[in-house]
Order: sequence, then structure tokens, then C-alpha cells
Amino acid sequence: MNNTHIQVNNLNAYYGKQHALKDINIEIPKNQITVIMGPSGCGKTTLLKTFNRFFELTEDVKLTGEVLVDGENIYDPAVDVTEVRKVVGLLAQRPSPLPMSIYDNVVYGMRIHQMKKERAEYKKSVRHYLEIAGLWEEVQKRMHDPATSLSIGQQQRLCLARGLAVEPEIILGDEPTSALDPISSQNIESRLIELKKDYTIVIVTHTLRQAKRLADHVIYMYLGEVAEAGPAHDVFNNPKHERTKQYLEGLF
Amino acid sequence: MRFKKKHSERRHIVELSIKIIMWLALLIVAGALGLILWTIISRGLPSLSWEMVSQVPKGGYYMGKGGGILNAIIGSAYLATGGTFLAMLLSVPIALYLKAYLGKSRWGEYVRLSLDVLWGIPSIVYGAFGFALMILLGMRASLLAGIIVLALVELPIMTRAMDEVIRRMPADLEHAALALGSTKFEVAMNVVTRQMLPGIITAILLAFGRGIGDAASVLFTAGYTDRITTSLMNPTASLPLAVFFQLGSPYPEVRERGYAAALILTIIVLLVSFGSRWLSARLNRYSIK
Repeated sequence: MNNTHIQVNNLNAYYGKQHALKDINIEIPKNQITVIMGPSGCGKTTLLKTFNRFFELTEDVKLTGEVLVDGENIYDPAVDVTEVRKVVGLLAQRPSPLPMSIYDNVVYGMRIHQMKKERAEYKKSVRHYLEIAGLWEEVQKRMHDPATSLSIGQQQRLCLARGLAVEPEIILGDEPTSALDPISSQNIESRLIELKKDYTIVIVTHTLRQAKRLADHVIYMYLGEVAEAGPAHDVFNNPKHERTKQYLEGLF
Repeated sequence: MRFKKKHSERRHIVELSIKIIMWLALLIVAGALGLILWTIISRGLPSLSWEMVSQVPKGGYYMGKGGGILNAIIGSAYLATGGTFLAMLLSVPIALYLKAYLGKSRWGEYVRLSLDVLWGIPSIVYGAFGFALMILLGMRASLLAGIIVLALVELPIMTRAMDEVIRRMPADLEHAALALGSTKFEVAMNVVTRQMLPGIITAILLAFGRGIGDAASVLFTAGYTDRITTSLMNPTASLPLAVFFQLGSPYPEVRERGYAAALILTIIVLLVSFGSRWLSARLNRYSIK
């Protein structure tokens, strides 16, 4: 598949002695929304965390195998992890704004990567990404208020704008709407659908309905293994694996 | 009545007794604080005068004649500010390094253990150590030596207090910055220090309080003089020693002035502590609660 953005080869991950990911081999297509599904504790989030090298932030972990982003192994010892995370952005489960103003939250990533030269350019970019995140209208008059003065839903859109501002190619979402109310969730979902023309999106979700709304491509995991992966249409309509079938029918 | 409390039941008796013990403990502590304040206020306030805080000792001051302890007030301000600043230069990097790179690792625990041991060393030992070092280097008692020894006394308190504060940093916040491609250093500088600023200020203050009140460490190292110090190389007076010398006097009016000096010391500590609380509340605007 020419259009593969992330390729995972023989990936195994361990928390201490616990074998959390077992021999994962998958491909994640470019400019599509890939949804990772599965029951609790199946390794969905762990798999997601291996894509931006967040897995290693947990203590006492081990990982073997490779994750290729555009054909380049991000676990190669010569790799700069900050560059990986610049290309592979993350939208966390709960919005977590930085202890700064709204403006500084968006500008933070651009500043550390020294992406612009002048103040005016930063200002322009902040507006641009807040507009993409659908937050500009609401915050343009209060850019220097603390980020915590926003509602949770607004905070999550701020986190989206902040993540987009470092110009990633891939956006990871770890149940990005699970802490939000239905309207805010819908807002985030529609942003993600708009964004897939420019970004590759990988979402972990607990809710089957959300998966059906968003997914172009589905990875179904069970007990640390990929039970089934493929285009959303095929997986939802013709699940090959017995477990997937049961999950889709809501049996567990 | 079904829900009536049976006071004679064992578990209620146990709860009540424990509550009484806790109340007693609280009462003793609060009582001690009240008693200390009452002592220094009732004995110090009458001899506290403008002359006392605006003049240096005149001839015969230690026998009850005129003058004040401006030399000690300024000396203590220099000593504690200098010592706190010096300790901060070392504490902040150590605390951030502990947080960002060592974490809960074995080396991190070794560093914490050494700091705790340093914390436990009585300040007279630091003073003696400083004095021995000064003899070796051929230095005289001076403001500089006092500042250095005070910094050593303050360092473990400040670092461990900061470490305890910074450890409570929410992991989500750190991860948010890491996810944008920050280095650990950037996380420490831009996110941890901002979020934890009030706690860091408290840690600095705790050390300052210990530093300004410490007599033993400056006894040999900073010396004492009736003049206002103008050079780092000259000896300097300090409030704790002013209290100590005056309280040891056979003249009652000098002893009263000792209490007044203690009162001044207490007021300085209170002012600094309220001031920094106010400051940290203002800087707290952006912190994530």
C-alpha cells in the first residue's frame, strides 16, 4: 500500500512482565481516520502511545519491533524524540491546557520549535489555528485570559489548535471526546472529519457509535492482539473474527 | 428510635478519645505559639522605639544607654537575602533535575537521602565547618562567609521543599508539553516552574525564615559589629545574635531590648511571608487548579 503513513512491524510491548501488545503488524493509511476499538484493557491506548513515543514515559516498560512513520523507524536510537512528537501530535483524553494564557498555549509549541521569526507571524498563526479549531470567534477578545477560564469543551478545542500549531502530519486522539458533553463532542468530531484531508488521524474510542461515525479504517484489538483490521465498511459489515462480531453486536 | 447514637459503644468511645487527644495536641501547639508571641510582645513592645530600628548602638548601649540595632537589622537582611539567593541558585537546578531526569530512580533517592541528612545536621556544625574552612583559607569572619554558610544551611531545606512541591506536578500537564515536542528541560522551565511557582516561593520562604533566624551558623562566620556593614569582606551583625547577646546581659533594660529585637525579627519574617503569599497569589493566575 503506497499510501501507508504509519507501519507497525512485529511490535511487542511490556509493562514489567505483562505482555501488553503482542506481535502487532498493521498499516495506517494516510489522510484517513483510523479508529482503534476494543474492550477495556485490550491495549488500544498502549498501541496509540507507541506512535508518539509516549509509551516509554511509563516506568519499567519494554518494547521490541518497529514503528515506521513515512518509512522511518521512530525507535531508531538516532531518532530525536521531540521531532517525532512534532510530526505526530496528540489530543489527550482530558483537555490539559498549559498554565498560561490562551494565546501562549497556542504559541508555545511554535516557540519551542522556533517555527516563526517575528511576533506578527506568531500572532497570525495563532489566529489561523484557532479558526481551524473553531475557537477563534469565542476567544478573540480574551486571548490573554488564563486557558483555564475556558469551558472543558473549549479547552479541548484549544488543545487541538495548540497541537495543530506545530504543524504535525499525524494526529492521535486518545478518546478525545470522552470527557466532553455531547455538543462539544460533536464539535470535535466534525473538526476531525474536516481535518482528515490534511492530516492522518488515529483515534482510540470506547464508543461504537463514534467509531461508526468517524472511521474510514478500523483496527479491532483484543487482549493485546490485533483481531481484525481493514476498511471500516468491511469490518463493520462483514467482521471476519468471532470476537469482532460479538463486540459489534454489543455482547461485551 | 432506631438511629439513636449509642455513646457507650466501643467504636464511639474510641473516636471520642482520639478526638480529645487531637484537640489537646492542637491546643498545646497553639498555646505554645500564643505564649511565645505574648512573651516577645509584652516584654519587647515597651522598649521598641524608632531609635531602636533607626540607629546603630551608641557607646554604652550594652549597659542600657542610647542607640539601636539597625546594624543587626541590616546585617540580617543582607545575610538572609544573600544566603537565600545563593541557595536558590543551587536549589532550583537540583530540584528541576530531580524532577525532570532522576524522578523516582535510585539515583534520585540517593540525592534525596543526602539532602535529608544535610537537613538534619545542626546549624552549629555548619558554622564550625565554615569556620574551619575560613581558617584554612585565611579568611576573617565576614558577611561573605556568613552568606555562604547560611546558603549551606538553607540549601537542603529549600531543595527538599521544592522537590516535594514539584513532585505533585500533574502528569497530564507535563505530558501535554511533551506531546508538543518539548524537551524535558523545556517542560521544566516553561511548565513546571510556572505551574508550581507558588509552591516554589513557599519553599524559598521556608529557607529564608530558617536562614534569618539562625544564630549558630553566623556566630563564628559572620562575627558581630556595631557598625553597618558596607563590604562583603567585613564582619556583620545579625538579629539572632543581637537577641542572644542582649538577653545574656545583666542589665534589665538591655534584656528588654533583646525581646524587642526578637519582636523585630518576628515582624520581618511575617512581613516577608505575607508579601510572598500575596505575590504568589498574583502569579498564580495561570496555574491549572
